[in-house]
Amino acid sequence: MSTTAPPIRPGPFGRLHLTRSERRNLRLGLLFISPWIVGFLAFLVYPIVYTLRISFTEYTGFGEPEWIGLGNYQALLQDDLFWISLYNTLYYTALAAPLGVVVAMGLALSMNQPLREVPLYRAILYLPSVIPLFTLSFIFLILMNPTQGIFNQFLMAIGLPNINWFGDPAWTKLAFVFLAQFGAGQVALIFLAGLKGIPVTLYEAAMLDGAGVWSRFRNITLPMMTPIILYDLILGLSLGLQVFTQAYVITRGGPADASRFYVLYLYDNAFRYGKMGYASAMAWILFVITFVLAMLIFRWSQRWVHYENQ
Amino acid sequence: MAREQPMAGTAAMPAIGTPAVGDARRAWLLKQFREKVVPRVALILVCALFILPFYWMVVTALKTREELVMYPPTLWPSELAWSNFREAVEYIPFFRYLFNTSAITFLTIVGSVISNPIIAYGFSRIEWPGRDKVFYVVLATVFIPFPVLIVALFDIFANTPRPVFNGLEVSWEGNWINTYMPLVAPMFFGNAFWIFLMRQFMMQIPFEISDAARIDGASEFRIFSQIVLPQALPAIGVISIFAGLHAWNDFLGPLIFLQNETMYTLAVGLTFFQSQHQLQYSLLMAASTLVVLPVIALFLLFQRTFVEGISLGSLK
Repeated sequence: MSTTAPPIRPGPFGRLHLTRSERRNLRLGLLFISPWIVGFLAFLVYPIVYTLRISFTEYTGFGEPEWIGLGNYQALLQDDLFWISLYNTLYYTALAAPLGVVVAMGLALSMNQPLREVPLYRAILYLPSVIPLFTLSFIFLILMNPTQGIFNQFLMAIGLPNINWFGDPAWTKLAFVFLAQFGAGQVALIFLAGLKGIPVTLYEAAMLDGAGVWSRFRNITLPMMTPIILYDLILGLSLGLQVFTQAYVITRGGPADASRFYVLYLYDNAFRYGKMGYASAMAWILFVITFVLAMLIFRWSQRWVHYENQ
Repeated sequence: MAREQPMAGTAAMPAIGTPAVGDARRAWLLKQFREKVVPRVALILVCALFILPFYWMVVTALKTREELVMYPPTLWPSELAWSNFREAVEYIPFFRYLFNTSAITFLTIVGSVISNPIIAYGFSRIEWPGRDKVFYVVLATVFIPFPVLIVALFDIFANTPRPVFNGLEVSWEGNWINTYMPLVAPMFFGNAFWIFLMRQFMMQIPFEISDAARIDGASEFRIFSQIVLPQALPAIGVISIFAGLHAWNDFLGPLIFLQNETMYTLAVGLTFFQSQHQLQYSLLMAASTLVVLPVIALFLLFQRTFVEGISLGSLK
């Protein structure tokens, strides 16, 4: 915008002395965003604080919560299923999130080539990410079924064994990681928009210097894409840690707890066993884990993310 | 497709006969291979894989009970059992769930279309001190996992009376569970993704037209509703599609807040098929097809809007 603001360096809380028009704009701005402020406080801040309070109590959802201090947190440390669900979730996220970036990048790079039928690929690749995840999960339940699914028929045709994906604990989590990749089309489109935004002059200059395909990808494409990769990695982390629908629909946590993911166990505690306090403690731990991991990735990313204006 | 390639490439193809041509031609072929063949093969393979679930859904939905249990599974039903669709919608109260899902979807769209433009206006068209810092808070909320909130939200909604309108009189009774309200009400207060998307769009509308209206003494709300909003219609279209999809596709929300069978959405209602013997697979797939079909139709109709929405929402 072309407004000429006085060159005063604002402190951490902004300048305390506002001009008349600034005060007017502040009033108007807050008025326009007021629905968000109300929603933010009512549906986000309040529930998070509420969860913290409930997490220190024993509460079935009926009657009065009974204060037990850190009891729920202590019980969680002793709960094998809690640790199993945490392990399963971290295992799943550690595979699904980075793999999602790689698959999306591969698809985006392919679609960035001068092919005429790219709109068709784009539509097909995007489609699985717009349909409901619960229907996709129902389909996979049958698609990857060892007797009624077609997927294993293909695998056996090329000499692979008939794997019971959702029935064999050794394969279940990998099957969910595989399922997650069907959402890659949407991310691929974001990546593709990013690829199209890289100035052609950069590549032309590199080619004049004799840089090959790999060198151009490594030194131009990848650095220019790092902000989008970071965004997708953190979003993938957040989505991975809250994986629920697929497991609820397909396995309900089985076989042998191989897909007992964190949120599934949280849900069961809250809405099947009536342990609202216990589930709240789990919710808070998930909140902290998500925050800490996102922060770690963000800190780590400062080493490799390339910002254009630097 | 393959036939057109040499044609398209003739301009770049070096003439045969000169000594350097062998190398140049090899380089050209290598480039064609890298730019046309490899990506094509990769994309066709992945596309085939991505179509496979849809194919199997339809094939399974059309198989008779006898054919469903055959091993190895048949690739195409020998006899098309269209009756599965009728059986599926009679097996569960499909139309009741369809009504609930549609109502929630409609109200979600209404709420999103009203709230997000107003909020985004405050974050884009008015400069107020601290605006961008507050906007970072909006963006940060994207990363808060919704499941963290479900216990508290359930308990809060279970203890909040809902307004019951009796003519002009309003009384507060009962609670929010088993109503559309827990799913719909938050939509009237904006969503970080769509606020961001709308803000991106509003930033691109020339600021001069607002300034001119301000000089003419138009109120800020008037500038919003009569100048900026009409310009932002494409973005509103994007938001209504995404909001509709969000409601139609939601699983965890309805699962938690709708516990009375008559209030179920299709998402929760479809799990009924599962509790039965596996013979119900074809009915489950028939019902799934009916749920997916409107989404595919919407996608094919508004493909451009989808793609624009994605690139509009991507961070640069």
